[in-house]
Amino acid sequence: MWDIVAQIFPYAIAYTIPLLITALGGLFSERSGVINIGLEGLMVIGYFCTAITVRYLEPVMPPGTAVPIGLLAGFVGGMIFSLLHALASINLNANQVISGTAINMMAGALTVYLARTITGSGNILIRTGLFRRTVPVLSQIPIIGRLFFTQVYSSTWLVLAILLISWFLLYKTAFGLRLRSCGEHPGAAASAGINVYLMRYLGVMISGAYAGLGGGIIMVTYSGEFGGTVAGLGFLALASLIFGQWKPFGVLGATFFFGFAITIANVSQVIPEFAVIPPLILRVFPYVVTLLALVVFSKSSQAPKAIGQPYYPGQG
Amino acid sequence: MKRMPEALIMAISAIVLGILAGALLMVSIGSNPIAGYYHLMRGSLMSVMRIGNTIATSITLILTGLSVAFAFKTGLFNIGASGQMLMGGLCAVIIGLNVVIPRPLLLLLMIAAAFAGGAAWGSVPGFLKAKFNVHEVVATIMMNWIAYWVVYYVVPTYLKGAFLETESRILPAQASLRAPWLTNLFNGSYINLGIVIALVAVFVIRFILNRLALGFELKAVGFNRHAALYAGIHVNRNIILSMVIAGGLAGLAGVTFYAGYAVNMQIGVLPIQGFDGIAVALLGANNPLGVLGAALFFGLLHSGKGFMNAMTGIPPEISDAIIATIIYFTATSLIIQRVWVRFSRFKKGGK
Repeated sequence: MWDIVAQIFPYAIAYTIPLLITALGGLFSERSGVINIGLEGLMVIGYFCTAITVRYLEPVMPPGTAVPIGLLAGFVGGMIFSLLHALASINLNANQVISGTAINMMAGALTVYLARTITGSGNILIRTGLFRRTVPVLSQIPIIGRLFFTQVYSSTWLVLAILLISWFLLYKTAFGLRLRSCGEHPGAAASAGINVYLMRYLGVMISGAYAGLGGGIIMVTYSGEFGGTVAGLGFLALASLIFGQWKPFGVLGATFFFGFAITIANVSQVIPEFAVIPPLILRVFPYVVTLLALVVFSKSSQAPKAIGQPYYPGQG
Repeated sequence: MKRMPEALIMAISAIVLGILAGALLMVSIGSNPIAGYYHLMRGSLMSVMRIGNTIATSITLILTGLSVAFAFKTGLFNIGASGQMLMGGLCAVIIGLNVVIPRPLLLLLMIAAAFAGGAAWGSVPGFLKAKFNVHEVVATIMMNWIAYWVVYYVVPTYLKGAFLETESRILPAQASLRAPWLTNLFNGSYINLGIVIALVAVFVIRFILNRLALGFELKAVGFNRHAALYAGIHVNRNIILSMVIAGGLAGLAGVTFYAGYAVNMQIGVLPIQGFDGIAVALLGANNPLGVLGAALFFGLLHSGKGFMNAMTGIPPEISDAIIATIIYFTATSLIIQRVWVRFSRFKKGGK
């Protein structure tokens, strides 16, 4: 059993990381009071921006430099695209779920449209992404060394660092307190002198940037080819947010759980221990668990109180 | 002059903005938008056959649009029309491939199965919403992906043909909604008896919403859940019922698509029609007749895109981009409202 765990662990981490960073983005948006169903689309935007940047820089830049710039492009691209959602839900009092749905559809259509124009096929292939590395000394530590320091992508460390920074930002700084207050009671926040609009804009933009980075990481780690969809990972990130009850480390646990579940479903056919379980059960497992979690948490949900409600100046 | 209803002004403004955005996208890749739209329209309208195909495309959209609109009336947002459509289609295809009875009976059975499959899929989020106050948006998204994977494994395991692992066997002619007289009338197009299902659904839903106590109760729940409860309406029962009917309508969309427009079922696709249904419902202002009109318009956009792509090289995804833009502008109708208010003030003030 231990061997199987150690074997699939690197893959589970590879799936967890894009989910984690995207869900963390969603955390900022929803904590500021804006539902972001558009995470899926924002991931696609990042996926596309990273792909196109790496494709064009790869031949002309020194090796190893195109990928970080590509990831930055995904980050920025997601942030810019999320402004559409921010404008709709913060300034124009739009239904945030509808706006998010529009973002998802627009991202899918727009990126494939552009990709088709550029490459003809709608797919964008890159030659080299990130490499898996084994950390020299730390990988010798028993158990932990094998699980966390063997065959890891550097993006994993980046995202874990962002997780810690995000936690610090949200819970240990004035900014975090202000952002969270806008999601709980924007009227009270405003009367304390907080600019609710600004906070919500920042929340949505961080969610766009993180989701874009998440899409970019998919591109340079396990995918290697842009295909116009992230196959529901953005929605799974949304589910992780609920499952993790809108807390950074809760989200970490939830995304790791989903990352592992996806990996088991992917490899179940080649590992005899899992082959006895019908693949359908393994595939729908994350979604069914989310539905159950929604039921279990329904009585004591930690959801931000003002989530999804537009803010009007002067409201009590 | 009689004032135009506000919903119509909003819809037309959103369409105009969507078309402008599409033109901008065409220009951005160096294509001529006038040629683009010309060929898009030609692709969907230039012959009787193509008009038939456009109607065939619209049939599915009418039903998914009705599904979303119906749930909206009860204040529920059904993002799950895709999954409900898949399950409805799956049930219908299973019957169509396995049951041998006279054709009219078979078709009726398939339609009933499609409604039941979609209704069952819609009932789960409805039940969770009513009993546990679980947000239906998240629940329907989860149900979409469960449906996606159910189809992904059920089709290759039980329905696969001789060659391809990724699609079901082709439905026999007697289990298809395509009718020779209708196909011939439109010179061999995809148009099928689904049009009857769609039109009947439009008028039944209109009747339920406008004429029945049930429709009144559903709308009351949508307007104000607490007031409805106070008035003695069974809010929970109505929420479940609303999602069951909405799911059933999306299920019907499934039978018209997989056993009418197409001839079998493919795996690995979450049908875009489910999401387009949101656009149809919004543009149609959740009114059954509005839905009918909006679905025909979107059918036009989808049906001509292949021809436009062949003639001008503009990628077919332009249609999806236009539809997404229209959804965005309907959601942000406030911006259109503000512009209109300013414009009418300007007219009055300017004399």
